[in-house]
Parts: sequence; C-alpha cells; structure tokens
Amino acid sequence: MKALRYLALSIAAVLFLIPFYLVLRNGLATEQEITAPTWTFWPSQIRWENFTDLFTNPAVPMVRSMVNSLVVAVLQTFGQLLLCGLAGYGLARIPYRYSNVVLYLVIATLMIPAAVTFVPTFVVVSTLGWVSDLRGLVIPGLFSGFTTFLFRQYFLNFPRELEEAARIDGLGHWGTYWRVVVPNSKGFFAALGVIAFVTSWNQFLWPLVIAQDQDSWTVQVALSTFLTSQSIDVVQLFLAAAVSITPLVVVFVALQRFLVRGVTETGIKD
Amino acid sequence: MKHGRAFWLFVGPFAIGLLVFVYVPIGWSLLLSFFEARNTVTPAEFVGLRNYADMLTDEPFLRSLGTFSVFAAFIVPLTFVLALALALLVNQIRFMKAFFRSVFFLPTACSYVVASLVWKLSIFNGVRFGLANTVLGWFGADPIAWTVSTSPPWYWLVLVTLRLWLQLGFYLILFIAGLQRIPQHLYEAAWIDGASRGWQTLRFITLPQLRTTSVAVLLLLLIAAYQAFDEFYNVLGSDRGYPPFARPPLIYLYYTALGSGGQDFGHGSAGAVILTLLIAGVTLLQGKVITR
Repeated sequence: MKALRYLALSIAAVLFLIPFYLVLRNGLATEQEITAPTWTFWPSQIRWENFTDLFTNPAVPMVRSMVNSLVVAVLQTFGQLLLCGLAGYGLARIPYRYSNVVLYLVIATLMIPAAVTFVPTFVVVSTLGWVSDLRGLVIPGLFSGFTTFLFRQYFLNFPRELEEAARIDGLGHWGTYWRVVVPNSKGFFAALGVIAFVTSWNQFLWPLVIAQDQDSWTVQVALSTFLTSQSIDVVQLFLAAAVSITPLVVVFVALQRFLVRGVTETGIKD
Repeated sequence: MKHGRAFWLFVGPFAIGLLVFVYVPIGWSLLLSFFEARNTVTPAEFVGLRNYADMLTDEPFLRSLGTFSVFAAFIVPLTFVLALALALLVNQIRFMKAFFRSVFFLPTACSYVVASLVWKLSIFNGVRFGLANTVLGWFGADPIAWTVSTSPPWYWLVLVTLRLWLQLGFYLILFIAGLQRIPQHLYEAAWIDGASRGWQTLRFITLPQLRTTSVAVLLLLLIAAYQAFDEFYNVLGSDRGYPPFARPPLIYLYYTALGSGGQDFGHGSAGAVILTLLIAGVTLLQGKVITR
C-alpha cells in the first residue's frame, strides 16, 4: 500500500517535471538536434552559444523586457502592500461614520474579476494617455479590492493589547501602524507580497492590451509575440522561456514557506 | 472629526484608485454600451439597447459561452479530482512529503505563455519530432496535427492538459491545508468504532470535513476557467489571426474591442457588461453557498 502510494506519486511527479525538462533540452540544444526525426533525450553537447545568440539578437528585446517585467512586478508588489495594507487597517481599526460605505464598495468589487473588465479599464487608461507607458502597466493593478479585504480580515484579528500598549506610549494611528502593527505582521505581508509578485510577473492579458510599443513589452508579451509569429528560431524561444522563469524559480525555492501561506490565505477566505 | 482625518489618511489613496480604475471604467463602459463607439472611446451616437440586442443575438458571442461551458466541463472536475487525489496521497506519506508538494506546486512558477510554448512547440507539435507524436511513433501510429485538427478536436486535449498542469498545484495546496485542519480525534474515534482506514474514513470523515474547501475550490476553478485567455491566445492564435473555433468569452471580447478589424468599444462594452453580470451572479452564489 505504502509502496503503491510512492509509485503513484513518483509517476505523477515525473509527468509534472517533463515540461521543465523540455524547456532546458530545447533551449540548450542545436536546432538540428531537436527537429531530428529520432528523439534525443539530452543534447549531445550543450550549446552555450545559444545564450549569446539570444541576448545579441537585435530582433529580440530580451534584456529590455525582463527589466520591464521586474520593474512592474516590484512596483506592483510594494505598491499593493502599501496601499491595500493601509486601507485594510483603516477599515478594520479606525471607527468612522462612512467606514461601512467604503467597505461595501470594496466588497462589491470582489464579485468582478479584473480580467473581465479589461475593455473598460483600457478605455479609461488610454484616455489618461498611459498606453505603452509604465504607469499604464503598473497603476491600474495596484487597487486590489481582494488584497484590501484580506488585510482587513487579518487586522481584525490582530492582538489589540499590542496596539493599546503603543497608544499608551503616545503613538497615534499612523505611528501604531508603522511601529507596532507592520513589524508584527511581517509573515502576512511576505505571504501576500510573494503572491502579488508571482501574479504580476506572469500576467499576460493586461500587458498585451496596454504595452503596444516594443519598448514597453513585458517578458510575457515578448515571448508571446515571438511564439505566435514564430519569427525567431525555436531554440532561442525555449531559451528565452527558460530565462523568463528563472526569477520565479528563485522566488519559489527561497520563499516557499511564504508562498504556501499566501496561497492558503488568498485561496480561501475563512 | 479626528477619526475622519485618520481614516482618510489610511483609506483615501486606495479609495481614490478604486474609484478611478474600477468604478469609473465600469460606469464609463455602461455608458458606452448604449452608444455607437467605433475607434473612439467617447460616446458618439445613442443607440439604446441595440448593442445588447446585437450581442445577445450574435452567434459568435453565444458560441463563446458554449466554448467556455465545454472547457469548464472538462477542466473543473478533472482538476478537482486529481488535486484532491494527489493531496490525499501527499498527506498520507511521511518521507519526501515536502519534495512531492514542491514538485506539484512548481508549475505555478510558469506563466501560461511559457506553458503554451512548451505545449504548442514541443509536446503537441504537429510534426514528427513533437513529444506526443514521437511517443505515438513508438507504437507505430501516425503523427497528429494536435492544434489545428478540428475533427476530432484534439486542441481540447492540448488546452485542458496545459491548464491542468499549471493550476493543479495551487488547488493541491488548498486541499492539503484543508486536510490538515481536520481534527485527528475524528479519525481515532472512527477507527475505534471499527471503520476501515481506507474508503470508509474517506467517505464519512475526510470528504464531509473538506466541504468548505471543496466548494471554494470548485467555484475558484469555475471563475478561473471563465477568464481563460492566455493559453487559448498563445496556442491557437497566430499573427495571421485566430481560428474561428474555440473562442472563449475573453478571446471573443479581445478581438471585438481591440482586434485588427477596428476597435468597436460600443459592442465591446456591452459584451463586457453581460460577462460581468454573469460572473457576478456566480460569485454571489459562491458567497451564499459558503456562508450557509
């Protein structure tokens, strides 16, 4: 029984790792080798020149699009944590006459996935003149009703004694938040931050709509453009894919603890 | 008064953004949906409900809802059952538990674009050197044109396995978290009462205790399938356009509102409003079911 479990899991694990194997195999081989009629399991000789080919190919803005993706993901991660954290705390802890009105406006947006409203958002963002602009890529994604709602639920359960101690020390709401609440909530911030980073790095529809000039492409848009037009060779395309997932694999390995917590927090609201 | 200032200091920046980037677009798009607006985002000519009537009688639009239904009918139960099965297996073992969990979760690091690339150009490449066709070749079968063949529609196999691979780990983690919340004493009590360790405890303890998680997973899967865009666009689309089949709602909307055939924001907005109402209905249902 026990052996059977390990057998089933091992088969599933091998199947799950095949796509990663293919990315590496196809990205490090020569084109003749991967298009040969007989399957080669691993390139007979790893062709490191593929890296130089990819990064010096003038048609492929690999460096530029990676930098764009990184800037967008970092700004969106920290922007969301800042704005949604503050708002979540205000909604959870500061008594105010219209607090419930704002809360309902936030909750109402939870019913509408942002992807479904990409046309309306594009209309507004293009009116602001933010097409093919960093602002257009970053700013509309900052105001996540969902993240704010999660922060509010979290802060509702934050131990009040800690805040009261800060109050006695003469801190106001602002000081309490930054000096007591945030330092004691690092794990939660890290969990939501890692999720925000991964989501931002991998998002495709919005960058496709808004990043129309090549200079503003994120790495996903760049990959997609070359995939759908097949205008660069297959080997370079796979190597580019390998390069594009490297930052996230690093995040996955280094921050898995927070990632798992983040998935559990964002997946199910108890 | 003092509380009011503190409140807006915390909530103000977010509230303004929510207004500008969520509420204004929705309002504007409601407005545009009653107007003729081609290649412009300012309402041109008032047409009443005509855009809605056009959309609701437009065959491709209705077919896109059909495409979503077919896709959901495959991907939702398949992901649910496999994620649950793997979660149960991972949860039952001791040695290498973290390893298996990491392996199944790792695909989440890939974007749908990268997965599409692997599926389209390597696994399900229509020529002889694609992995699937290589394996078929070992058994003497002819290669199959996976992504372009419409009868039988092999592209569903490509799209469903792709999403299954990419999203399964996320739901696996949710199920494992749900399993770990089940109190151990329930199992001990059942064993004392003579329940067998396999099927009976699963049927009478594990599954009922996972009810909240299961409902949440089902609805998250459904909402995610509704928003499917990336893999369809990248596997089936090309710079020569998108094939007339397998267009889920967002693909349809993308080509209506922003496609090369001219930007039609009147119809695009009406479509967005209809799709928003549909998904809002499902989400409301989710709230009802979970809080019940």
